[in-house]
Amino acid sequence: MQIRKTLVLAAAAAAVSFAPQAYAQTLTIGLGTEPTSIDPHYHNLGPNNQIAQHFFSRLIEQDHKQNLSPGLATSWKANDDTTWEFKLRKGVKFHDGSDFNADDVLFSMHRGGNHPNAKSSFGLYTKGKTYTKVDDYTVRVTTAKPYPLMPVDLSSVHIVSDQEKDKWEGEYNNGKSAHGTGPYKLVKWVKGEVLEMVRYDGYHGAKPHWKRVVIKPINSAPSRLAALLSGDVDFIDQVPTVDIARLKKNAKVELSQGVSNRIIYLHMDQYRDNPQYMKSHDGKPLTKNPMKDVRVRKAISMAISRDLIVDRVMEGVAIPAGQLLPEGFFGRSSKLMVQKYDPEGAKKLLAEAGYPNGFQATLHGPNNRYINDAKIVEAIAQMLTRIGIKTTPDTMPKSVFFKRGKNKGPAKPAEWNFQLVGWGSSTGEPSSPLRSLLGTYDKTKGWGSSNRGLHSNPVMDKILDEALATVDDTKRAALLAKATEIGVGEDQGIVPLHYQVNTWAGKKGLTFKARTDERTVAYDVVPN
Amino acid sequence: MTVFIIRRLVQSVLVVFVMSFLVFGGVNLVGDPVEMMVSDEADQEERERVIRSMGLDKPWYVQYGLFVANAAQGDLGKSFVYGEQALGIIVQRMPATFELALAALLMAIVIGIPLGVYSGLNSESRFSKVIMAGSILGFSLPTFWVGLMFIMVFAVMLGWLPSTGRGETVELLGINVSFLTTNGLSHLILPAVNLALFKISLVIRLARAGTREIVHMDFIKFARAKGLSTQRVIMVHLMKNIMIPVVTVLGLEFGGLIAFSVVTETVFAWPGMGKLIIDSIQGLDRPVIVAYLMIIVLVFVVINLVVDVLYSILDPRVRIQDVKG
Repeated sequence: MQIRKTLVLAAAAAAVSFAPQAYAQTLTIGLGTEPTSIDPHYHNLGPNNQIAQHFFSRLIEQDHKQNLSPGLATSWKANDDTTWEFKLRKGVKFHDGSDFNADDVLFSMHRGGNHPNAKSSFGLYTKGKTYTKVDDYTVRVTTAKPYPLMPVDLSSVHIVSDQEKDKWEGEYNNGKSAHGTGPYKLVKWVKGEVLEMVRYDGYHGAKPHWKRVVIKPINSAPSRLAALLSGDVDFIDQVPTVDIARLKKNAKVELSQGVSNRIIYLHMDQYRDNPQYMKSHDGKPLTKNPMKDVRVRKAISMAISRDLIVDRVMEGVAIPAGQLLPEGFFGRSSKLMVQKYDPEGAKKLLAEAGYPNGFQATLHGPNNRYINDAKIVEAIAQMLTRIGIKTTPDTMPKSVFFKRGKNKGPAKPAEWNFQLVGWGSSTGEPSSPLRSLLGTYDKTKGWGSSNRGLHSNPVMDKILDEALATVDDTKRAALLAKATEIGVGEDQGIVPLHYQVNTWAGKKGLTFKARTDERTVAYDVVPN
Repeated sequence: MTVFIIRRLVQSVLVVFVMSFLVFGGVNLVGDPVEMMVSDEADQEERERVIRSMGLDKPWYVQYGLFVANAAQGDLGKSFVYGEQALGIIVQRMPATFELALAALLMAIVIGIPLGVYSGLNSESRFSKVIMAGSILGFSLPTFWVGLMFIMVFAVMLGWLPSTGRGETVELLGINVSFLTTNGLSHLILPAVNLALFKISLVIRLARAGTREIVHMDFIKFARAKGLSTQRVIMVHLMKNIMIPVVTVLGLEFGGLIAFSVVTETVFAWPGMGKLIIDSIQGLDRPVIVAYLMIIVLVFVVINLVVDVLYSILDPRVRIQDVKG
C-alpha cells in the first residue's frame, strides 16, 4: 500500500512538473457536446451558443438564471408599443481592434436571419423587425404590431463585426473571422480534438479569472468522468445521475447543480379518431380516441407518481413539474400545483369517461435524448397499467424516434399517439412552449410546430395572442399565467412530469453558477 | 501481375458503385436529419428553409442522381452538420485513426507472433498455458469494458497515463502525428493496447496453430537433420510458412481496425474517423456517413489487393497468374 501511494505521488509530482502552464491560469473542460461551428449565426443550438458566448457579446446578456442584463446595449426602452430604442456601449473594440458601433448591430441582425448555410437560423428572433441606425450608438427597432418579446429576442443574437462581410462558417471555424467583443479570443479549433481560447484583455465586462481555457470534447459519459478523476480535465458537464451519489462522497470533487428550463412531459393525441396505437383490452380497435376526453388526460396525470420517478429513476436529481417552467421564471402561474399521485381518483375519472376497465396504449419515447428517458417511459407504463390503461413502453434512438413522433400539421399528424419528449425554454418565459406545444397548429403564425398531440383550444389561443401583444410586463405575466392554467391545468393538453436538474463536476475548489439554460460557460467557473 | 491488378481495380469500381446505391438508399430510409438539426423552437417556415438548403425537398432518386454526378467529380457532398466538404472532414480525421490502427497492428505482430510461436513449440509448458488463457480473455472481454478498466487503473488510480484524448502532435510529411512526442506517445498507449488486445489474441492463436502443424512436417525434420541451427529453422523455415494465414487475416483485420475502431475511439475520446462516424450516425449526417463508407470500401479493396500481392511473395505456389487471370 505504501509503495503504491509513493508511486501515485511520484506520478502526480511528475505530472505537475511537466504541466506547460500553471494550473491557476488555465482551465481545462471536458465537454459532453461539441459545437458544429464557431460562427455564431450558423446553428441556433445550445452547444453552439454556449461556445459562441465566449467569443461574442449580445446587445442584452442573459445571466445564469436567464435574467436580462446590459451587454453591448447599456440601456433599452420601448418608446411606444411598436418602437424600441437601444443605447449602445461606447469604446468597445472587437478582437481585431476595430470599433463597435450601430453598423455592426444592423449587420449582425441581418446576417443572423439570412445566413445562407444556417442549420437553424436566428431568423426566429430577427424577423418582423425593422432596424434603423439613429446615430453611431443608438439603434431603433420597429415592428408592425406591438411586440413585447423584443429584449428577449435580441438577447439571443450574437454581434459580429461588419468588417467580416461575406465571411461564412469556414472563416470563423479556422479563426480568421472569429472576432467578437466577448471575454475570450479563439486560439484554435480542431474538430473532435480541442478548442482553445485566451482571455481578451479589452473585454468591456467583468474580467474572467482564467487566462487560458482548453475545451476537450469527450462525449462518452464514463470517460468524461474518468478524465476529471484522473486530473486530465478540471471541470466536466453532463454528469450521469447514477454517479452523483458516489461523487458527493469524493473529497477531491465538487458538484454544482441547478434546475434547468427543460421540462419533460407527455403528449397525447387529441386529433385522430382512430388512434393506431390504442386498443381495447381484447385487442380490437377503439371506436373513439379516449385521449380526446379531458377526463382521461387528467386520469393519466393523476396516475403518475412524480415523486417516485424523481426519487428512483432520476436519483433525486429532478424537480416534479406542474406547469411549463420551474419556480423563479417570468409568467409562471402561482395557482398551478404539481398533480398529486391519486390512482383511485384516476380510476374514478376513467370510469366516468366510459373506460371503467381502461384500454391498451403504447407510450413511445427516445432512449438517448433526455436524462434517463427510457427508464422514465418504463416507469410511467407501469404506473398507467396499474389504473387499467395497459401501457406498452417502446423506446428507440432519437434519430428514429423524432421523425415518426413529429407532427406535420393535421394532414400528417405524428405517428405516435402517446409520447414522452422534453422542451427547453431558451427565452426564459412560457410564451415559446405555449405557442409551440399547445397553440393550435397554424403554419402562417408559426404556432404549434411541436404540438405533437395537435391539442387545440381557441380560448387559450386568444389569451396567448393577447399576451404576445402586451408590452406591459405585469399584464403580460398575468396573461401568460392564465394561458398556462388553461392549457396545462384545465385542459391537460400535455402532462408535465419534471424539470431536469443538470449537474456539473469540478476539482475541489472550483464552483460553477449552474445555468438554467444548461450551458457550460468557462467564465462562470470560479475558484473559491 | 499488371493485368491482375487492373482487373481487380475495375471490379472495385463496380463494388464501390453498388455500395453507393445501397448506402445512399439505406441512410435515406432512417430518420429525419432536419429534426436532428434544427432548434426546438424553429417554426414551420424555418424548418422548410433548412430542408431546402440541404436539398432534402427533392425526391430521393433526384438526390441520388445529384450525388452520383457530383461524386464522379470527386465531390461527395457537404456535411449536413458542419457545412463543410464531407470528404475533407473525414480526411482530417484520418491520420489519428491510421496512427492508432498501425500502432495496434504493430503490437499484434510484435507481441502476438513470438508468443504464438513459443506456445506452439512448447505447448505443454506452463507459460504457454498462461499465454493461451490470456488470449481467451483477449478474445472474450468486451473492448468497451476493457477500455474503461484501463482508464480506471492506469489513469485514475495509478495516474501513470492520461485518460483520454490525443496528445501533442508534430507534422511529419505534412501529416499530424502524435507518436513522435512523449506527450503524444503517452496518450497513444492505452487506446492502442485496447484496440490491439483482440488482434494480439488472434495472432497468437494463428501462429500457434501454424507452428504446431508445420513443426512436424518433413521439410523441418530435414532441415534439422541437415544440421541447421534451431534458430535458423524457426526464423526462416517455420516463420515463412506460418506467415501466410497470419498475413491474410491481419490484412483484413487492418481494414477492420480502421473502419471499426469506433468503440475504442469513443471510450478514449480519440479524434479519429470512428468517433466521427458514430457522431454522424447519431446526428443523421448523411453525406458524412455515405462518404465514410465509400472510403472504407476503397480501403478494403486496396488492402485485399495488397494481401494478394504479399501472398505471392511469401508463397511461390500462389503466384498470381497473369494469363489465366
